[in-house]
Amino acid sequence: MSYRITVNGELHLVDASPDTPLLYVLRNDLGLNGPKFGCGLGQCGACAALVGGKLTRTCSIALRDVDNVTTLEGLGTVQKPHPLQRSFIDAQAAQCGYCSNGMIMAAKALLDRNPNPSEEEIRNALADQLCRCGVHNRVVHAVRRAAAELAR
Amino acid sequence: MTAKGLSRRRFTQTLGIVVASFALASRSAFSQTPGALPFSLRNNRKLEGWIRLEPDETVTIFTGKAELGQGILTALAQIAADELDVGLEKIRMVSADTSRGPDEQYTFGSQSIEQSGSAIRAASAEARGILLAASARRFGVRTEDLQVANGTVTSPDGRRATYWEIAKKDPNLLRGDVAATAAPKKPSDYSLVGKSVNRIDLPGKLTGAPSYVQDMRLPGMLFARVLRPPRYGAKLVSLDETAVRSLPGVVAVVRDGNFLAVAAKREEQAIAARDALASAAHWSDDAVPLLDMADLRGGLKKLRAETIVVGATGQSEPVADQAKRVSAEYTRSYLSHASIGPSCAVAWLKDGHITVWSHTQGAFPLRGDLAKALGMQNNQVDVVHMPGAGCYGHNGADDAALDAALVADAVPGTPVKLQWMRDDEFAWAPFGPGMAMGVEAGLASDGRIVDWSYDVWSNSHAMRPGQAGGVNLLAAWDLNTPFAKSPPPHIPQPFGDGDRNAVPSYELPRKEIRNHLLLDTPVRNGSFRTLGAHGNIFAIECFMDELADVAGIDALAFRLLHLRDPRARAVLQAAADKAGWTPGKRGDGRNGRGLAFCRYKSIGMYAAAVVDVEVDRKTGVIKVPRVVMAADIGLVVNPDGAKNQLEGGIVQAVSLTLKEQVTFDRREITSRDWSGYPILTFPEVPRVEVILMDRSEPSLGAGEGSLPPTSAALANAFAHATGRRLRELPMTPERVKASLS
Repeated sequence: MSYRITVNGELHLVDASPDTPLLYVLRNDLGLNGPKFGCGLGQCGACAALVGGKLTRTCSIALRDVDNVTTLEGLGTVQKPHPLQRSFIDAQAAQCGYCSNGMIMAAKALLDRNPNPSEEEIRNALADQLCRCGVHNRVVHAVRRAAAELAR
Repeated sequence: MTAKGLSRRRFTQTLGIVVASFALASRSAFSQTPGALPFSLRNNRKLEGWIRLEPDETVTIFTGKAELGQGILTALAQIAADELDVGLEKIRMVSADTSRGPDEQYTFGSQSIEQSGSAIRAASAEARGILLAASARRFGVRTEDLQVANGTVTSPDGRRATYWEIAKKDPNLLRGDVAATAAPKKPSDYSLVGKSVNRIDLPGKLTGAPSYVQDMRLPGMLFARVLRPPRYGAKLVSLDETAVRSLPGVVAVVRDGNFLAVAAKREEQAIAARDALASAAHWSDDAVPLLDMADLRGGLKKLRAETIVVGATGQSEPVADQAKRVSAEYTRSYLSHASIGPSCAVAWLKDGHITVWSHTQGAFPLRGDLAKALGMQNNQVDVVHMPGAGCYGHNGADDAALDAALVADAVPGTPVKLQWMRDDEFAWAPFGPGMAMGVEAGLASDGRIVDWSYDVWSNSHAMRPGQAGGVNLLAAWDLNTPFAKSPPPHIPQPFGDGDRNAVPSYELPRKEIRNHLLLDTPVRNGSFRTLGAHGNIFAIECFMDELADVAGIDALAFRLLHLRDPRARAVLQAAADKAGWTPGKRGDGRNGRGLAFCRYKSIGMYAAAVVDVEVDRKTGVIKVPRVVMAADIGLVVNPDGAKNQLEGGIVQAVSLTLKEQVTFDRREITSRDWSGYPILTFPEVPRVEVILMDRSEPSLGAGEGSLPPTSAALANAFAHATGRRLRELPMTPERVKASLS
């Protein structure tokens, strides 16, 4: 059975069962790498993307419940990074980078609803995004820089 | 174009970018004894095994070390670019790969800059020397009259040739052995080493370019999952595979002894098949009896042990007059790597040769164990490093590699990607061993330590693949014809194993240090960041505070009283100054400040930490608002990269100290997801200030040394705040409340 799904502004026909978790469709049918498999339990946030503009754990939502998806790839590219991606690079706000997708997507969701968050608001918005390498402070710094740049 | 075709093209395309971008950023610098061949060169003499000039006017640098997120490829590229006199943008790094790179064993122990860095520096200096000599012959001038800039050699009369043009004339130019006779540059002549350079693998990783083994897509690739037993010791009694085999997309069910795996066309089909396999499998009730978590220290000390004295001074002297004698015991929980991404590998068996892509820390040692387990020769197996999620030592990477290879073996010709599920990672990846420490000391009437006796009990922290006498891969122990585990190797001081940093760096006139290597292994252990140093420094540095209290001397002054090494004294003073250390200041029941020092591995980097805490006496929650660290890592290759490593270690150490413990009942591991193994979150992360000491001595690895003093300083801060001491890690709210009641 084919499903229609809009991802990063493009319409795709996906041949997968309607209960397939969105994560596997994004990664394996659409060839996207931003969303990562971390726990499959909705606990860590590595798989995050925006679904209908809302921060969503793609490992825990079924294809049938989804339409308009934005992933890390939809924000920017190596050649033309989104201000958040650029500020993460400038702040070297990653070590292994495996959780970074979730960090950037959660920050995007935050800045969409609150363009000028305080440090505490950033930390709270990212509270459910797990990072093991310990780059939290650089991430907070990067989000603040991006907010400042986007406000300009 | 199909979605799959598209993704393959994207992968290949961006692989170029990824490799290209592996060029700039991290950590400390290199170390080299003049005249001595660097460690990694001794077994990899061929110059072209390290450096190759490419037709597109780039330079490929091969390292046997792996990028784990520590930025090592960037730092090594800085070293090569500086020594060769080429721009960083011309350097392409190739990470550990048994088919084409040097064998540098493992990426561990904060030694990559020291080992690979010094080898690449020597090889680069040699290559530059050879290219200059060839240019001099070509131009008929003396070598010392030539100028070099960004790979272009210029003669005094203005004639020019690039390295690539020179090498083209003589293909054998860079094919000899490295003699390491060319003198590397003086640190004052470096232009890239010592500068903060951005990691160029990060733009790809932060925009979704395929960068990880998890992102690999090969033609016709199957997705695989493994089903492990419910507990250590359980045996597969029966399995009706019929229902599993008939599930949509299932291509193979692999069963060999207690090893079970499934391969399917789609990933979610493989996961569904794993669930079905779990329902269909019947396991025996066998279990390995686990320790009682309520008395970890007592349990550890009762296990069979082999005891070695690893350090002794002045034992033949009579015990000096002691005004006071003090003793204490400390415990550290079992720790999980808790990698954010579960272990993963891709394997492809083709024409009797298997290639395995893995985030292993030791491609060559893993190849050897894979060959043994698969019944193949080493030359029939290649292991290629691909980045995975951060790991902090020996996690499940190697095990997943064998799991994938066993599935690939069942579907010859077809590539297989196997990823562990979250519970596989938490329950089966090797743990950082639980540790018990006991220390007793005598103080003279002037407060000086005159006698010191120390014991540490722990399992081996060194159970990686590639060791003699067995195969250290999980699935190999479960096969129908199982392989034995290798016996733990003896790692002598000063590196040590469970006894890493058990010998204090303090001046102690009389001391004896005993390591009790535990021989019974209730749970599976391995190397976790710092090995035993974390537990030993926690014990030693907490005990130093306890002694200082008894002696009535300020914690900083007490340490300085026992330290002669000026570099050790300097980091302590620098951290104390930056934090605003006030001698003799007392905690107020809620707020406190603690200090600790560590010279990692006794020969590595120096670090001193000052940690502030706020204790919520009602909830038992300890908040850490601020950590200050001064670190001396010798000559710094990439200051921002080094700081990133040190900061990450500090945050991880706060997490270990306050929250982390592998939990189990008497039969099974019970911490199998993030709710059972919580780690520090954004609102809980302290403000961190790192001072890098300005030194020109040989570089010292910066990947691990920030953890041990942070944990100890945090425990000291709690004792300072409350007057109560927690000697068991982690310092959970329950333990805090119990200690305050």
